[in-house]
Amino acid sequence: MAWIFIEEVSGAPAVVGLEILSKTRADGATTVLYFGKGSDAAFATLGEFGATDVFHLVPSEGSTGTAAAAAAIADLVGQHNPDAILFGQTYTDRDVAGRLSTRLDRTMISNGIDVSLDGSVGVTTEIFGGSQLVTTMFEGPGPHLVLIRPKSFPAEPSGGGAPTVTAVPLPDAGHAGSARVTGSFVEETEGPKLEEAAVIVAGGRGLGSVEGFELVEKLAAPLKAATGATRAIVDAGWVPYSKQVGQTGKTVKPDVYIACGLSGAMQHLVGMKDSKLIIAINKDEEAPIFAVADLGIVGDVHQVLPKLIEALENR
Amino acid sequence: MKIAVCVKQIPDPASPYQLDPTTHNLVRPTEQVLDDTDRYGVEVGLQIAGETEGTVTLVSMGPSGNLNGIRQALAMGADGAILVDDETLKGSDSLTTAKILAAAMAPESFDIVIAGTESTDGYSGVVPQQIAELLGVPALTYAKKIDVEGSTVRINRQTATGYDTIEAPTPVLVSVTAGVVEPRYPTFKGIMDAKKKPVETKTAADLGVTVTVNQRIALVVPAPSRSGGQVVIDEGTGHEKIIAMLEQAKVI
Repeated sequence: MAWIFIEEVSGAPAVVGLEILSKTRADGATTVLYFGKGSDAAFATLGEFGATDVFHLVPSEGSTGTAAAAAAIADLVGQHNPDAILFGQTYTDRDVAGRLSTRLDRTMISNGIDVSLDGSVGVTTEIFGGSQLVTTMFEGPGPHLVLIRPKSFPAEPSGGGAPTVTAVPLPDAGHAGSARVTGSFVEETEGPKLEEAAVIVAGGRGLGSVEGFELVEKLAAPLKAATGATRAIVDAGWVPYSKQVGQTGKTVKPDVYIACGLSGAMQHLVGMKDSKLIIAINKDEEAPIFAVADLGIVGDVHQVLPKLIEALENR
Repeated sequence: MKIAVCVKQIPDPASPYQLDPTTHNLVRPTEQVLDDTDRYGVEVGLQIAGETEGTVTLVSMGPSGNLNGIRQALAMGADGAILVDDETLKGSDSLTTAKILAAAMAPESFDIVIAGTESTDGYSGVVPQQIAELLGVPALTYAKKIDVEGSTVRINRQTATGYDTIEAPTPVLVSVTAGVVEPRYPTFKGIMDAKKKPVETKTAADLGVTVTVNQRIALVVPAPSRSGGQVVIDEGTGHEKIIAMLEQAKVI
C-alpha cells in the first residue's frame, strides 16, 4: 500500500500529483494525502484520476503548514503503516517530504522518473544528464519515501467517482512551524506556459547578453511558443527562474524544442532531451546539444535567428 | 547574528563524472571545487553578517581533498569552517548528510543557517528541510530575496507561478536559490587570509552519528540514447533548413 501526497495549487490538485496517481492506481495505490484548502471540485478531480481515499490536511490560516503537515502525516503513518509515500519533486512537496523523512528516520530517494510498488519498492533515476538509468531498491522498514519528477508519467483520468475524504487536523509544530505567509504574488508571464507549450524556444549564454534574449522572445511569438532558459543565464539574472529548464529547473517534453546559443550541459539536457523534435543553433560544432538534435545548425545565433524571425513574420 | 552556511565541495562539473563500478559511488577526485550554487549562500551570509556585526561559519561534509572549495568560500570572507570528513560517510543518503550537518551545527546555536536549495552533483533537494526538522527550526525555503529585521527573517519564496512573502523568527533555516544575490569575487587579500583561517575537521563518531544505509543500487544501465540528426554549417541559409523542418512537423 502506497500513499500519494498532492499539494493544492491555485485551488486544484497539482498536476504532478495526478501524474503519479495515474501511474500508481494500477498497483492499487489510490490513497491521497491532500494538502490545501480543498473543495468538492478538487476532491472530484482526485476521484477522476483514481483516488478512492483522501486524507485532507488543511494548513491553518497564514501558516506555511509544512512542518505541521509532516507531523500529521507521521501520526497517520503510525496508524496505517503504508509501504511507501510518493511526492512530486516540487517546492512544497520537498518541504514536507524532507521533514517527514527526519521525523520517521527514513531514507528518501529524490528525482525518481519511475517507481515499482510490487513487493519491494524500487525507484529509477537518471544520472549524468540522463545518459544512464539507476534503479535503487529500498531496504529496511517502510514507509519508503520517493520524490517523482514532473512529467514522468502522463496524467490520464480513469473516470472514478468521488473519494472518501477524511479531514486530518494539523498539530501545533511549535517553533519549527512558525513560518508565516504574509503575501502571495503571481509573476505575469505572457504566452503559453513552459510545461504545457507545444513549442519551446530556449536560450543560453551564447545569446551574449540580456538583450540577446529578445531574439528568443521574437522567435517564440510567431510560433506561439513558450520561452525557456539555461541555468547559466538564469543565474546571471537575464531571465526569471520560472523559465529555467533542466535538472534544477523544469522538465519539458514539447513537440518542438529550439535551442538557441546553448551548449547542452548535462544539467540542461536532463530537462529537455525527451522533446519530440530538437533543433539547435550554436557556434561550437562540438557542443553536446548537437548529439541529441534532429537538426543542428552550426552558426551564430545573431546571424541565424534574425533571418529565421523575418522569414516567419513574412509568412 | 551568528550564521552558518552549508557548502559542498564537488568534482569540477566541467570534467566527466564516473561511478565506481563496484560500489556505484561517485568517484571523487582530490581536486574539488566549491559547488557554484553555494557562492550565493555564502554571499547572503556575508551580507547579513555585515549588517548585524555577525560571523559566518562554513559547515561541510565530504572528503577534504586539497580543501580547494572550502578555501574559495573562506576567501570570499567567511570566518572559519567545520568540515566532517569520514570514510564511512561515502555514498551517504540525504538524511545521513543532514544528520551530520545538523550535529556539527547544533552545539554552536546559530541564529541563521543558510543552504543552497540543492547541490549540483547530488541534487536530492531535501537536505535543508531535513536539517531544519533536526534542529527544530522553521525553514524559509527557495529564497529569491532576503531581509533581516531584528530577529525576524523575511524572504520572497519561489513558487511555481511567482513568489510568496514568508517570514519566521530566528533561529531559522533559509535555503537560497541561485541568483538571489551577486556573489563577490575573492580579493587577493581574501585569498591570502583564507589560508590562515581555522578549518576544524570532525568525524561521524565525533558527532555521535551512526551511518545506516537503507537503499541498494540494483542496476545501472545506459539510457536508450537519442541519436543526433543532421548537423549543417550555416552559410547564410541555415534558417531555411529550420523552416523546412518546422513545416514538416506541421508547426507552421
